[in-house]
Amino acid sequence: MEERINIKEILNKYKGKKRELISLLQAIQDKYGYLPEESIRQLSRFLNVSENEVYGVATFYESFRLTPPGKHLITVCMGTACHVRGAPRVLEELQRELQIKEKETTKDGLFTLEIVNCVGACALGPIIIIDNQYYGQMTSQKARELLKKYREKERHGE
Amino acid sequence: MENENIRLEELEIKRKSIIEKRKRYKRLITICGGTGCQAYNCREVFEKFKKLIEQKNLKNKIELKITGCHGFCERGPIVVIQPEGIFYQKVTPDDVEEIINETIINKKIIDRLLYIDPITNCKIEKEKEVPFYKKQKRLIFGNNGLIDPTNIEDYLAIGGYKALAKVLTEMKPEEVINEIKHSGLRGRGGAGFLTGLKWEICRKASGTEKYIICNCDEGDPGAYMDRSLLEGNPHSVLEGMIIGAYAIGAHRGYIYVRKEYPLAVKNISQAVRQALEWNFLGKNILGSGFSFSVDIVQGAGAFVSGEETALIASIEGRRAFPVPRPPYPAERGLWKKPTNINNVETWANVPLIISKGAQWYSQIGTETSKGTKIFSLVGKINNTGLVEVPMGTTLREIIFEIGGGIPNGKKFKAVQTGGPSGGCIPENLLDLPIDFESLSEAGSMMGSGGMIVMDEDTCMVDVARYFLTFTQHESCGKCVPCRIGTRQMVQILNRIVKGDGKAEDIVKLEELAQTVKNGSLCGLGQTAPNPVLTTLKYFRKEYEAHIYDKKCPAKVCTALIAYYILPEKCVGCLLCLKNCPVEAISGERKKVHVIDQEKCIKCGMCQEVCPPKVNAVIKLSGKKELENITKEIEGKGG
Repeated sequence: MEERINIKEILNKYKGKKRELISLLQAIQDKYGYLPEESIRQLSRFLNVSENEVYGVATFYESFRLTPPGKHLITVCMGTACHVRGAPRVLEELQRELQIKEKETTKDGLFTLEIVNCVGACALGPIIIIDNQYYGQMTSQKARELLKKYREKERHGE
Repeated sequence: MENENIRLEELEIKRKSIIEKRKRYKRLITICGGTGCQAYNCREVFEKFKKLIEQKNLKNKIELKITGCHGFCERGPIVVIQPEGIFYQKVTPDDVEEIINETIINKKIIDRLLYIDPITNCKIEKEKEVPFYKKQKRLIFGNNGLIDPTNIEDYLAIGGYKALAKVLTEMKPEEVINEIKHSGLRGRGGAGFLTGLKWEICRKASGTEKYIICNCDEGDPGAYMDRSLLEGNPHSVLEGMIIGAYAIGAHRGYIYVRKEYPLAVKNISQAVRQALEWNFLGKNILGSGFSFSVDIVQGAGAFVSGEETALIASIEGRRAFPVPRPPYPAERGLWKKPTNINNVETWANVPLIISKGAQWYSQIGTETSKGTKIFSLVGKINNTGLVEVPMGTTLREIIFEIGGGIPNGKKFKAVQTGGPSGGCIPENLLDLPIDFESLSEAGSMMGSGGMIVMDEDTCMVDVARYFLTFTQHESCGKCVPCRIGTRQMVQILNRIVKGDGKAEDIVKLEELAQTVKNGSLCGLGQTAPNPVLTTLKYFRKEYEAHIYDKKCPAKVCTALIAYYILPEKCVGCLLCLKNCPVEAISGERKKVHVIDQEKCIKCGMCQEVCPPKVNAVIKLSGKKELENITKEIEGKGG
């Protein structure tokens, strides 16, 4: 079950014009980490556009999520510079270790794996970002060790 | 009229007092705070400086600044001490105390923090003497290293908003347009359309309500110059926009920034607020009677929204679908009103042209391409970073003199320019003086200025596949040639890298490429085949090796490679065996390890973990090589 979703506070800051749709979706995702179904319903009423249209926009743009992300968000940069420096192997290793594909979350809810086109920190490539912390010059081995560290931290934290 | 004079005078008085106020400082310490250096934790270095300067009571003597990107991302975090211009690289918080005690107080240089020229092996003290900077002409980007982007006073101190004042008091809108036209400035976003002409069309378009847009939806992977300008010198972009709005007759502008650029969003938002306070934005700007306001719109991650008409759709709150042109946005754009869209770097050129004059500006560059261009030099290159050079500089100068060449003694193979719309340029064209035309002739394009260097370990078929997968994924799906054509091309390329390529695939690729190029609605589709076409043109042999010999010459494509452990080198340390994710390696301590080729997924982990001095794991590709090694190993085993 979704937690009780009420986006009134967010909506109050907007005029209710259609052009505000993307900005509103961003505000909702900033609050909940994703776009809950109920928020789309409320948003569609507020802007007087169909839910269908809201979903159309939400699924067109890469940065929107329709399911809640895991506790840690792992972003792998797949920019060209990272690609030629071996990013695909790093991504494969992460997929293997986590047993998920991109845009998926592990069963224990700990990790979500995402890829981005480029984060523009090419000197550090291949680069992965875990919860806004940048890890540069990645190799598959380093990525695996990093995961181990995060998993251990979780175990000790509990 | 009276009012106007007072306001402008006020501006000059305030500017003088800002400059005067700063004279008390003996030293200026700048720390690069671009996204690249932030990733190296430059914030910690800054905090340490701040703390120690306070502790040591140096606050009145030393000015400390976190600036925008200095460009030399490879060497971050970067600290530059002015007025001498002492250049320290890879600075950690632990170095800070020593810098203050030795360099600031005792005026001694700390050797170990200096940059070493890899060619001469000499240590270099001054920023401007570092070869990376020496060969550049940093007209647009240079101020990044001198100012705190969050403080408008810094921009004013270096003469900021003087061009705007000049335009508002001395020039008619038509004169501004003429000046930009005469300068020869062309759009830095990709197509290279003449900026002055674009402005003129929009000015002449009927209707009183007009808009201008700054496009910072920098979507090309490997390109981040627009971000660094918006992060590092937001007021220069803003000043360019205000001048453009005045020339065109627009009263409202939008800055469209990718959401993936949080620092750029933050800095430009703050710049807009400050410009409002100083009346560079808002009503009756500096008493001129001209009014203009700016809104910031955040993108949501769609490559196609960099295209003009798609970007407009996105600002209107819709899916970023492009529409056919004409009508061009200059006639019918945002909310169906005449709209002028320029890229960040284009806007940043405007104040410079107004201040120094079209005559001066047009002397820089080549016959058809004027001024400088910022490139982001990335990939297999020693000095990753942002590089600003006059148009007409050769690729060789950029890659080998500024970029310091290829790391680890590897051989240069190609440089990819223009992002997913561009092409791969081979070694024999390295002496090409680059401008809009020369790059197009080589089958590539200027694009926004991404420059990705590739070495002998890069597979060109894989690169073509990478770019096409990218454009196919980003294709908005509106028109058939792009939606289906790119998918078909990706399928063929996937087949080739898997070793299932057929003899007719190359011809098929070429045919499809032409169809997608000619039939697509917008720039995304029209240019999507370029990476395939250029690699087919310059690196056809690599395609043929994949198809006929089932060989990936660069040993990248996993389906065509195999890893082997050389029995004569293996010391039996168990490292690879323990790290193999699929338990494909067998062996015992101090006995030769063997990879089970059936189980191996070719992740390369064994090669990664094998100690460099042992170096027992080799990677092979091609039928012949594989047959030979099997015989050899079996021979030794037997």
